[in-house]
Amino acid sequence: MIKKIILTIFILLLGSGVALFVFKSEPKLNKNFETQKAFFKSHPFRLGLDLSGGTHLIYKVDTSVVSADQVNDSMEALRDIIERRINVFGVSEPVVQVQHGGFVSGAGEQLIIDLPNVKDIQKAKEIIGQTPLLEFRVERQKGEPITIKPGPDGKIDEKILQEQQFVSTELTGRYLKRAVLEFDPNTREPVVSLQFNEEGSKIFAQITKDNIGKIIAIYLDGEMRSNPVVREEIPNGQAVISGSFTPAEAKQLVGYLNSGALPLPITLVSTRTIGATLGESAVKAGVKAAIIGFLLVALFLILLYRLPGLIATLSLCIFIAIMLALFKLMPVTLTAAGIAGFIISIGIAVDANVLIFERVKEELRSGRSIADSISAGFSRAWFSIRDSNISSLITAIILFWFGTSLIKGFALTLGMGVIVSMFSAIIITRIFLGTLGFAGEGKVARFLFSSGISK
Amino acid sequence: MFIIKYKKIFIGISTILVALSLFSLFVFGLNIGIDFKGGALTEVVYKVSRPAQIDLNKSLEALNLGAILLQPIGELGYIVKTRDLNDSEHALLLKTLSQDDKNSLTEMSFNSIGPSVGRELTRKAILAIILISVAIICFIAFAFRKVSHLSAMGNHGVASWKYGIIAIVSLLHDVIIPVGLFVILSHYFGAEADTLFVVAILTILGLSVSDTIVIFDRIRENLRNQANVNKINFSETVGKSLEQSFVRSICTSLTVILVLLALFFFGPVSTRYFALMLTAGMFFGTYSSIFLASPLLVLVQERQKKK
Repeated sequence: MIKKIILTIFILLLGSGVALFVFKSEPKLNKNFETQKAFFKSHPFRLGLDLSGGTHLIYKVDTSVVSADQVNDSMEALRDIIERRINVFGVSEPVVQVQHGGFVSGAGEQLIIDLPNVKDIQKAKEIIGQTPLLEFRVERQKGEPITIKPGPDGKIDEKILQEQQFVSTELTGRYLKRAVLEFDPNTREPVVSLQFNEEGSKIFAQITKDNIGKIIAIYLDGEMRSNPVVREEIPNGQAVISGSFTPAEAKQLVGYLNSGALPLPITLVSTRTIGATLGESAVKAGVKAAIIGFLLVALFLILLYRLPGLIATLSLCIFIAIMLALFKLMPVTLTAAGIAGFIISIGIAVDANVLIFERVKEELRSGRSIADSISAGFSRAWFSIRDSNISSLITAIILFWFGTSLIKGFALTLGMGVIVSMFSAIIITRIFLGTLGFAGEGKVARFLFSSGISK
Repeated sequence: MFIIKYKKIFIGISTILVALSLFSLFVFGLNIGIDFKGGALTEVVYKVSRPAQIDLNKSLEALNLGAILLQPIGELGYIVKTRDLNDSEHALLLKTLSQDDKNSLTEMSFNSIGPSVGRELTRKAILAIILISVAIICFIAFAFRKVSHLSAMGNHGVASWKYGIIAIVSLLHDVIIPVGLFVILSHYFGAEADTLFVVAILTILGLSVSDTIVIFDRIRENLRNQANVNKINFSETVGKSLEQSFVRSICTSLTVILVLLALFFFGPVSTRYFALMLTAGMFFGTYSSIFLASPLLVLVQERQKKK
């Protein structure tokens, strides 16, 4: 008996601990969120684009330009480049995914890009589809102070320091007329020679004139590739990027600059933009529906099954806490459909309890003691519970396998709900009910354990 | 058990509902959304006042974007349905909607799906439906693998594959009626069959199959427990089994229906029809396991006896 009580207390504490974690790590619930430890801060709910607002783009990738065995490598390279570009533009938490073609998906290779909080498709498309970002930066004026903080290890981040030393100019790859691969006549090293258009030539002439004797840094996609010193004004709009290229690299770069192409040509096939207000109201509605749904189920359980119903409600609370904690820890990207899946799983989670309690009632009616009825109820209801959960799981797994990102959210939360509910509805409820076995066989106990509906 | 006694009435009700659903499906047709056929959906909300639909229609026609459907939403908003749009077309559409920037608006959402993505999704959806159906049929076959010895009872038994077929028939019933409901809704309220529509169908399949199986399980258990094979009264046994299990069958569905109703009434707009379809699916799933599957079983057994 004491063992059972200790176990019960242990589970209650564990459940409260999980709930506390969910509470503490949620800025909207926890007023002292800012002062929390980093662990709590780093686990917010991850909201999908339909809830946070943002842009979802699907690009079709033409892989016919490379041989079949290079497709995967090229796709990875493409993803890396695009990811880097998006990061350069300061989009928070972008997701760039490669979706390989095949029997299941049907279509060819695709690139799926999620940009939270970016509503301007035009800008998003510019970020992604543009030519490699070629920039010319000049040295910072002598008088301007450099502000840089040492990293946690006391060292100064080279890259940040470098960024501070140079300031951007308006000269970028946009003014490029063409790029040519050449070899330096002295060192035999490959160099990329650039020819600016008319406008670019004027800007370049001005920049070189202003910076004689200084360094002009040439950046490619945010990284410095070359830092020649200006000897004289260059009026004809010709520049050379030299240094640290292998011939193949230089050739590739020339290709990119000229065609403005990524390693593989991409075409936009689907756009989805969701405004932040729409997402926000969807979140509010989802939370409201979840709370009301939970209250209805709790009311139903308590009215119909009395004491066991109350206990099932308690296990349902633990179920919800575990689910929410898992959403944060895994983390699961929540979409409107995902929230729907979670809400449905609240209803399904108590199914096992209903099955068990109905059996318990039957056993009580046939004249058994409360404790016997409970253990018989659990063992006899197991097969029905297993069957109904298997069929739900089959559906969830196949949906997850086939789904687009929105559907995956639904399948994942539903599937997780089915699995977690097996634990909460069977194991936790059983431990709690077992502890209550001391209630005895009196009239009150029998009343508490029988149901509101009886023949 | 009155359900068995009046089985023909209940089977009749189900038949009529299924027939009505199929009828509306063929007459109205399924309103397929842009997820599958491609196209664009733009939702805008005006800041001050919404221009009249006729005025906008006129200026939109001039854009040459093909058929454009304008639907008012809320107090100040419109949903604009077009073919899939590229960036410049999208910008042009917004400019026209804002009457050349004179009537400022906020774009709530924009969704453009190319025909290739739509085709791919259609393909995926069909594959998923086939796969889940096969998996569910396998599951039913697995659940009924043990009853074959009951068919040895001659006239009194029903072969296990017949249980399986009846389970599948009632499953079809559970899916067809919500689809019929959706077709009627989409005809009158403009709902479109999107990805969630397919997910709803598949979830109904997964959720409602177990109800029927649980009741059939009970029937088999009660048949087995009867000592004298020759004295079995099949329809009485089925009635008794129903009596034992219909409360729990209704209760398990009721908890799910409760949360689904909460989702329908209070949840996000985007999952509203989804919740409604699932509610209908859960309701008819339970209805069919009690009022259709078991009466059908008795009907099959009686026909068998007459031969």
